[in-house]
Amino acid sequence: MLGSGIIKGLAETGRNFVGSYFDPERMTTVEYPEQRLAPKENTRQFPFLVFDGEAALAGLRCVACQICEKECPPQCIYIEKSREKKPDHLGKPQFHPAIFDIDISVCMSCQICVEVCPFDAIKMDTEFELSTSDRFGGLLMHKDLLARPNSHFLKVHPTDAGVIDARRAEERARLEAKARLDSEAKAKEAPPAA
Amino acid sequence: MMVTQRSSDEWDRPAPVAGSYAFVVGDDPEDPGSLLEVSMGPQHPSTHGVFRMDVVLDGETVVKLKPVFGYLHRNHEKIAENISYLGSMPYTDRLDYFCSLTNNWAYALAVEKLAGISVPERAEYLRVILSELTRLQNHVCLAGFLAQDMGASGTPLMYGFREREKILDLFESLTGARMMCNYMRFGGCRCDTPPGWLDEARAVVDSFPRFLHEFENLLSSNEILMSRTQGIGVLGKDLAVGAGITGPCLRAAGVDYDIRKVDGYGIYPRFQFRVPLGEHGDTYDRYMMRILEMHESLGILKQALDGIPEGPIIDPKAKLRGFRPKAGESYGRIEAPKGELGFYLISDGSPSPYRYRVRPPSLVNLTVLEDLCVGHNVADTVIILGSIDIVLGEVDR
Amino acid sequence: METPQQIRDRIVGAVAGLQVECLPNGAPAGVPSLLVGRSCFREVAIFLRDDPQLRLDYCSNVTGVDWPERTEKFKVRRQVGEVEKDVEESRVIPGCLEVVYHLYSMSLKHGPLVIRVRTGDRSADVSVPSLTPVWRACELQEREVFDLFGVHFDGHPDLRRILMWDGFVDHPMRRDYVEPDDYDYEPTPHDHVLDRALARAKPGEAGCGSGAR
Ligand code: SF4
Ligand code: SF4
Repeated sequence: MLGSGIIKGLAETGRNFVGSYFDPERMTTVEYPEQRLAPKENTRQFPFLVFDGEAALAGLRCVACQICEKECPPQCIYIEKSREKKPDHLGKPQFHPAIFDIDISVCMSCQICVEVCPFDAIKMDTEFELSTSDRFGGLLMHKDLLARPNSHFLKVHPTDAGVIDARRAEERARLEAKARLDSEAKAKEAPPAA
Repeated sequence: MMVTQRSSDEWDRPAPVAGSYAFVVGDDPEDPGSLLEVSMGPQHPSTHGVFRMDVVLDGETVVKLKPVFGYLHRNHEKIAENISYLGSMPYTDRLDYFCSLTNNWAYALAVEKLAGISVPERAEYLRVILSELTRLQNHVCLAGFLAQDMGASGTPLMYGFREREKILDLFESLTGARMMCNYMRFGGCRCDTPPGWLDEARAVVDSFPRFLHEFENLLSSNEILMSRTQGIGVLGKDLAVGAGITGPCLRAAGVDYDIRKVDGYGIYPRFQFRVPLGEHGDTYDRYMMRILEMHESLGILKQALDGIPEGPIIDPKAKLRGFRPKAGESYGRIEAPKGELGFYLISDGSPSPYRYRVRPPSLVNLTVLEDLCVGHNVADTVIILGSIDIVLGEVDR
Repeated sequence: METPQQIRDRIVGAVAGLQVECLPNGAPAGVPSLLVGRSCFREVAIFLRDDPQLRLDYCSNVTGVDWPERTEKFKVRRQVGEVEKDVEESRVIPGCLEVVYHLYSMSLKHGPLVIRVRTGDRSADVSVPSLTPVWRACELQEREVFDLFGVHFDGHPDLRRILMWDGFVDHPMRRDYVEPDDYDYEPTPHDHVLDRALARAKPGEAGCGSGAR
């Protein structure tokens, strides 16, 4: 019969309409910003720099190797190396960034900087409410704005951060064990010489 | 009146004027003022982006139609020729921004052919799962937009978007982004699935048929939809093959050509699925192709989710940085939701491709737009364009 | 499907005097391609489309490649005075524009066969026969090659710019294309990043910075 298809369709619309008041499956709207969905663990927005310890700029893991700067497809990272070196978590002297800027008006959240960084120093944040009234200066993030403690990393990407923390602790433990062995060996050698 | 019945002589319309390329308005010697030139777009809600059609109308009937491209041109190919192979991967997301994962796959496939990289089993399964999910969400949006173009404002589109949202949530929890996924790498995928992801995907796949049923109830037998689409924009077999039309538009014309079957790239030969074919090649068939393909995609997804093995996700030999394939060239193509998406790469042994070319299905499918539209009403051009399924990020690159 | 070499031999066997050459491809498992002379390009294309064994009825991809003039250095063994020595010589390879077509068969479901054609040089002698009369699929893609590379297709029904606007003069996909500096320009804080990348750019260096701007 002509029109039966339309009636069938209208019945479907009716079912959906009524369902949108009762059926949890059809009540999909979330009233942002009053309500929020919990961010997913893998979500990525813009990069941040991880630091260890209390002081943000002193504890940055970044060693200014500039790999991320070179690999970033839209070229939105700008790094300047420090003059002097200071020890990293393993005690090895390393450079640190004197300037580390990311222009988030250009950044396309591709995560390539995170993938190529060999020092686990740059990670993706889940923060997305970054609008500002100054679209030039306000979107150029300097290193003090980019620095986030490791606890923040643990909060937003627990699995990833857990793996990295374990690896770093292991590296440190291995180094300490080696240092202890070395000093013991030295101690053994020392008495006859004295 | 029976709307489903059809015969070709019902549609009395002038033969398509192919090959008349000069664009002169008012060239009817009898009545110089009878033709009207209308510029549809680039800011027109029905053009699905910034696309323009210069249409010459005789009353309501389209006499000539010229597509105008380039409003979204950013020379993607030039950018890619100046950056590393890896650096282009996030840019491919932005070609057909509805289907970033299939774009990733096509590019990864071309590079893998160029450098001879193999892909581990689990990554192959994930690629199939992700690209079939992409196909589902592309087709569901297309059907919604098509109904929107016909004047069914909102309702079917919103139903489609509601389902798409579930798939995008899956993408987000796996790849970190909803649309710009940037997930595949040469020799595999970027990261393994988070715990429970496969079960979530299974739940989405299991609930999808119910939605498809609902959608079909809503639209497929709707008399208004049938009378607006049947017999409109008929694409013949020979024209379709000659003009290089691919994807659902080609199969709606009755040509059995699906690259998943023909090339059997990835691990597609392992899955059982049928290739739906149309008979008439009109807008209704193109719409139905999408619905039928979604059913087949669900079948593939079920098989892939059941068969996915444990194992590494990326070839350990694949390099992320300092990737320099040997001099040579390769062409990798896949069956993207819109048709054949191909990447043609020439390497000269340097870290960036010497030539990087995208073969965009949307652009080539627009070759026949004029042939399809001539003789129909101006309101039908909107539906015909909608049924071809274009994304301007890919047309203009 | 036959190998490109067999197809080439068959074409040359069928009609004597056609210039068809088989070019190697360095990629693993890469298929060789056929370089066809300009004068017989369309005949070869029609042969490939209509030959009952090939039936390459579907032209998938059309693209241009720019090969600027380059000097190739190579070593030859030469008699220098008394002794035989390796001498380095160089030879100039003239530049050209190349158009590459990827052909498949929808009816026989095989492919691809890659055919290519070259222009005489990069400035004056830039026309090649259009294949749009053979495969309609080339229509928009040849227009694109015309627009971005500046190859002129003889016999194309509608050869206009497609992606760039009509008043545009240069061809952006050529290797030596220089961006005009007259576009609407707005300073951004990103500028100093790009300037630095430009200053550091060395050809052949890995990474994305190598070719910025
Ligand atoms: S996320 Fe991508 S675009 Fe953004 S800074 Fe990192 S590499 Fe650059
Ligand atoms: S963030 Fe990582 S890759 Fe970038 S400069 Fe610092 S250490 Fe190097």
